[in-house]
Amino acid sequence: MCRGLRARRHGRCRGNAGWAPRGGHRGVGTEGGHRGVQAHRLRPPRGAGSSLEPEERSMEPPAVPEEEEEEKEEEEGAVPLSMAPGPVGCQLFGYVGIEAVLDQMKIKTMKTGFEFNIMVVGQSGLGKSTMVNTLFKSKVSRKSSQPGQEERIPKTVQLQSITHVIEEKGVKMKLTVTDTPGFGDQINNENCWDPIIKYINEQYERYLREEILITRKRKIPDTRVHGCVYFVPPTGHWLRPLDLEFMRRLSKIVNVVPVIAKADTLTLEERAEFKQRIQENLKTHAISVYPQEDFDQDPEDRALNDRIREKIPFAVVGADQEHQVNGKRVLGRKTKWGIIEVENPAHCEFPLLQDLLIRSHLQDLKDITHNVHYESYRVRRLNESNQLGLSPLNGLPGKGEASSHL
Amino acid sequence: MSTAMRYKSKLVNPDEKQDHEKQYVGFATLPNQVHRKSVKKGFDFTLMVAGESGLGKSTLVNSLFLTDLYKDRKLLNAEERISQTVEIIKHTVDIEEKGVKLKLTIVDTPGFGDAVNNTECWKPITDYIDQQFEQYFRDESGLNRKNIQDNRVHCCLYFISPFGHGLRPVDVEFMKALHEKVNIVPLIAKADCLIPSEIRKLKERIREEIDKFGIKVYQFPECDSDEDEEFKQQDRELKESAPFAVIGSNTVVEAKGQRVRGRLYPWGIVEVENQAHCDFVKLRNMLIRTHMHDLKDVTCDVHYENYRAQCIQQMTSKLTQDNRIESPIPILPLPTPDTETEKLIKMKDEELRRMQEMLQKMQQQMQDQ
Repeated sequence: MCRGLRARRHGRCRGNAGWAPRGGHRGVGTEGGHRGVQAHRLRPPRGAGSSLEPEERSMEPPAVPEEEEEEKEEEEGAVPLSMAPGPVGCQLFGYVGIEAVLDQMKIKTMKTGFEFNIMVVGQSGLGKSTMVNTLFKSKVSRKSSQPGQEERIPKTVQLQSITHVIEEKGVKMKLTVTDTPGFGDQINNENCWDPIIKYINEQYERYLREEILITRKRKIPDTRVHGCVYFVPPTGHWLRPLDLEFMRRLSKIVNVVPVIAKADTLTLEERAEFKQRIQENLKTHAISVYPQEDFDQDPEDRALNDRIREKIPFAVVGADQEHQVNGKRVLGRKTKWGIIEVENPAHCEFPLLQDLLIRSHLQDLKDITHNVHYESYRVRRLNESNQLGLSPLNGLPGKGEASSHL
Repeated sequence: MSTAMRYKSKLVNPDEKQDHEKQYVGFATLPNQVHRKSVKKGFDFTLMVAGESGLGKSTLVNSLFLTDLYKDRKLLNAEERISQTVEIIKHTVDIEEKGVKLKLTIVDTPGFGDAVNNTECWKPITDYIDQQFEQYFRDESGLNRKNIQDNRVHCCLYFISPFGHGLRPVDVEFMKALHEKVNIVPLIAKADCLIPSEIRKLKERIREEIDKFGIKVYQFPECDSDEDEEFKQQDRELKESAPFAVIGSNTVVEAKGQRVRGRLYPWGIVEVENQAHCDFVKLRNMLIRTHMHDLKDVTCDVHYENYRAQCIQQMTSKLTQDNRIESPIPILPLPTPDTETEKLIKMKDEELRRMQEMLQKMQQQMQDQ
């Protein structure tokens, strides 16, 4: 669901004939991945004098050190849309049918289907697998694919990805859940986040390699992690040093959504206090979790996201058993003192998490991963390869002479 | 069932009083005398609580003793915690109930298991326990032994997180480091996040792992064969529900028109003192009403003696190495032992140890019977 016809958000329509306007990213040079771009500029292919081959479109904007060249070029010919005066409004005196483009897009995307990659991180026993099953209302977690295996804490952090294709009302989604058993379970948990960071960067690398091939696939398989759900244990006090370390490092490279796991152990007052302390903690350490404030595009978005930000982290309870409550069958946990209904907003905030991840912000997660996190990874890699004077991306199999110009 | 009552039931009934009075010596009142003396003297009890932060240790301690020991506590935030090592904090409170005084000391261990790297985070705790033993050892060997302060830790409540699938590596290491120094009573904390089937599974899992790793937690003593059925039944239930799944609460809420201690949730009220909800009552009974004295006895007879034996052995081997007489306890009269006598001493030590082991085994056998 591209947000319609706005000039800026064309990153998604890669299915079209390999020409997708992408501008250089002014203001991107740090790891912050700032979405400072106001608009994409349509750039004509560069002339001779650069190492670009004439066939190659300007898919690969030059690395940041060549920014001066960019500026000169701008003065020459390209007229950035953002600098031009706003489009002149015309009155339509009949029905043209522009809005039908939305239907076309819908049909097209339904045919191609969606991909969504989610990662769940947290200590063992916090209900990650149950939560994933509850979110997608099907048995997609690691435990469901390996039934009967006993729970053992592995000695090192392992990463296991399971892919399922789920379908609802004709819309297919290829869902990949990456689980991280062993995180935070050892006595010495230093650097237990390294395997996770490595995995995320590997996915970006894989995508990058596919992207810079000469003959690219029509639809590059997207294994990048779109969202990382981090489970915080419900201690009720503060974030632990381990939580802070992890979130600090990972919020720079992936969208981190923190949730309070097993929240049925906190009363409502304890829950509110805990959330407030966590929000303070995050602010003090300048950790920006999803939805990030920097990427709100317009006041509407900002209002919506502000409401969400007030409630972060969501206090969730997961359940995979159904019980009878008032004649209805609900998902919940039955204890001696009552039944905790997972989908009841008065009991826990699971519906909010579901909305965020699936119903309202799924595409946004993917967009931010693609436009911000992936781009900043790319910039880093390009910088590295330029500085070293090597082309670490060489050696790729490709038709023609040099496989890449980098 | 207090000891006084148990003995009263054996007293004669008035009909046969005449006959029995001739055979009645009267030392059956000894327990009453002991009772009176100890009431005057008062009791003391040192309890240590250990576990990761946020598991409800302070709340549970407050619920157990119905006091508010942690009134002015400030919760440390993560920055302050990062640079911290495990501390040992003692709170002492004097409680009195029906004329019986109890000097209760709670030893708290904030910071345990909180850091990213928790290697040897139990070391400050083992050091503290050893220090108390050492102090008692010195006091006991001193000249004036009238008022020895007993600061030895009588019991350690270890809080296991209910969010895991059993024991975590840090739990196992902690308990293995401490099981020969103090009575460990493992508890499952914050048990209100578990449904009954999960509690059962978790308890089984923990019991299995405790056996697997050879951790010697505090064993409830066998009850005598002449106790009545009710007591035996209670004892059996107690043993079967270890480790206890507890919930603590400081607040009183309304439930079914009654005011109970509990936690109020949108889906119901958890009553702390309801046996169907959690094992808090069992823990409280065990700790205070029935087994407090046994805990103290085991600390004195087993853990302290182990420490003492180790200590003395170290000293003797040190002496034989250094050829110096320096110990504060005049045990060895040998000024300059030569190799032969050294060997003899070592052999005798071995024999002693073997005999002690055999004695213990025989005692156990007798108890089993």
